[in-house]
Amino acid sequence: MKKRVIMEVQKTALYNYHKNLGAKFVPFAGYEMPIQYKEGIVKEHISTRSHAGFFDVSHMGQFFLEGDETLIEALEKIIPADLKNLKINHSKYSFLLNENGGIIDDLIITRTEKGFCIILNAACKENDIKQISQFLTKNHKHLLNNNLSLIALQGPKSVEILEKLIPGVANLKFMTGNNFDYEGEKLYVTRSGYTGEDGFEISISNKKVEKLVDYLISNKVKPIGLGARDTLRLEAGLCLYGHDLNEKINPVEANLKWAIAKKRKEVGGFNGWEKIKDLLVNGSEKIRVGIKPDGKVIARENTKIFSSDNNEIGFVTSGTFGPSVNAPVAMGYVKSEFSELGTSIQLEVRGKKYGGKISELPFYKKSYVK
Amino acid sequence: MSEKKFSKKHEWVSLDGDVATVGITKHATEMLGDIVFVEVPDAGKAVEKEGQAAVVESTKAASDVYSPISGEITEGNKAIADDPGSVNSDPEGASWFFKLKIKDKGEYDLLMSKDEYDKFCKENPS
Repeated sequence: MKKRVIMEVQKTALYNYHKNLGAKFVPFAGYEMPIQYKEGIVKEHISTRSHAGFFDVSHMGQFFLEGDETLIEALEKIIPADLKNLKINHSKYSFLLNENGGIIDDLIITRTEKGFCIILNAACKENDIKQISQFLTKNHKHLLNNNLSLIALQGPKSVEILEKLIPGVANLKFMTGNNFDYEGEKLYVTRSGYTGEDGFEISISNKKVEKLVDYLISNKVKPIGLGARDTLRLEAGLCLYGHDLNEKINPVEANLKWAIAKKRKEVGGFNGWEKIKDLLVNGSEKIRVGIKPDGKVIARENTKIFSSDNNEIGFVTSGTFGPSVNAPVAMGYVKSEFSELGTSIQLEVRGKKYGGKISELPFYKKSYVK
Repeated sequence: MSEKKFSKKHEWVSLDGDVATVGITKHATEMLGDIVFVEVPDAGKAVEKEGQAAVVESTKAASDVYSPISGEITEGNKAIADDPGSVNSDPEGASWFFKLKIKDKGEYDLLMSKDEYDKFCKENPS
């Protein structure tokens, strides 16, 4: 008898809601997710930047950890953030690292009253939990909470709109969070996001999420799909795991060494530290850069990058048309000696070479509230 | 100008003497979404029936545009390369892709009529 493994496609609590909003769905990390709604990617992108948009990111893992003081030690073995000095309700962008310093996943970790909450990428969450669990003991409890949805509200009007519904959120600074009351429940709101705009991520029970989204829509907040999420984050110079980051790339190569805590860089004690210490002193062979093609051509993922004298020097990991920049934008890895801003490069698209330049990141100026 | 004929790959063709004008259909632009890049062929290029002739990219992906008919390119529409978004607004009018001198009118005759194409789109939703 043949064994048949049926992979069931997962859906977020808002699946039918998206359907009624006219979403086009794509399979993403095992979930049926909206790629766009009726108006299309460019309009969704622009309305996020000019007003506000909401994103259902409930496919991402909301992983909660509790435990005694040894929990910090355990997590610091795989996460290079300074968790000891992370204040309650403060968040950091960080990674899970493997023994070679490669990035298993990138994440946001928040100190809670009882421990930590880590937001994990949907495609990585199962493996992430396996990797983290290696360092946990019976004194540590953990839970991937599938009863919670996660809604990102992004854009300049986000604060005004959310403050009316949940008084107090306006006082949150970028990368901090807190518990708030809503409809007789506690929900957790952080001021953060993935678009380069001011905004919030709201962790809310699956039961109440529709009501929250009803309110947002009544305030002219448009639903935004994965398509515009990608153009927004790329303009903001933010990495997408599985494209710009993977297990073979370390934080120094990814130009994310700022995300390794200063104290941890010096003292180490985390996976891959030896390798990373060496790279911090001597530099890496390749490094992540921003890229702007000279014309209108779009250099998508895997586009080969050549020097002006025709030597292959790297590859593109993300590339699209940036609606707010009104030009194509890309990110990729080049040999470090070609990483200086303004360096002329060539991009091979459909067998033809097009000019481009190493460009500053982000392509679009951020407006976070600090 | 003759009536428009349509291909299964969502191009349209109209004929004026032995010069064909080719573009992509409204249905194609609706599937593609926001068009942000167009590359059209230069005059003099020979194209085969169903051969790759132009490129169209939306925010989502790059797609080839095929010539539904063989011939030699006489003109690529530079206006759409300069303003790719115009393909979304007038795909079956001003935003044609290229013109070509055809070799065999029989290839044109074999393409679908408007009614046949509409039926084809209904039966093959993407």
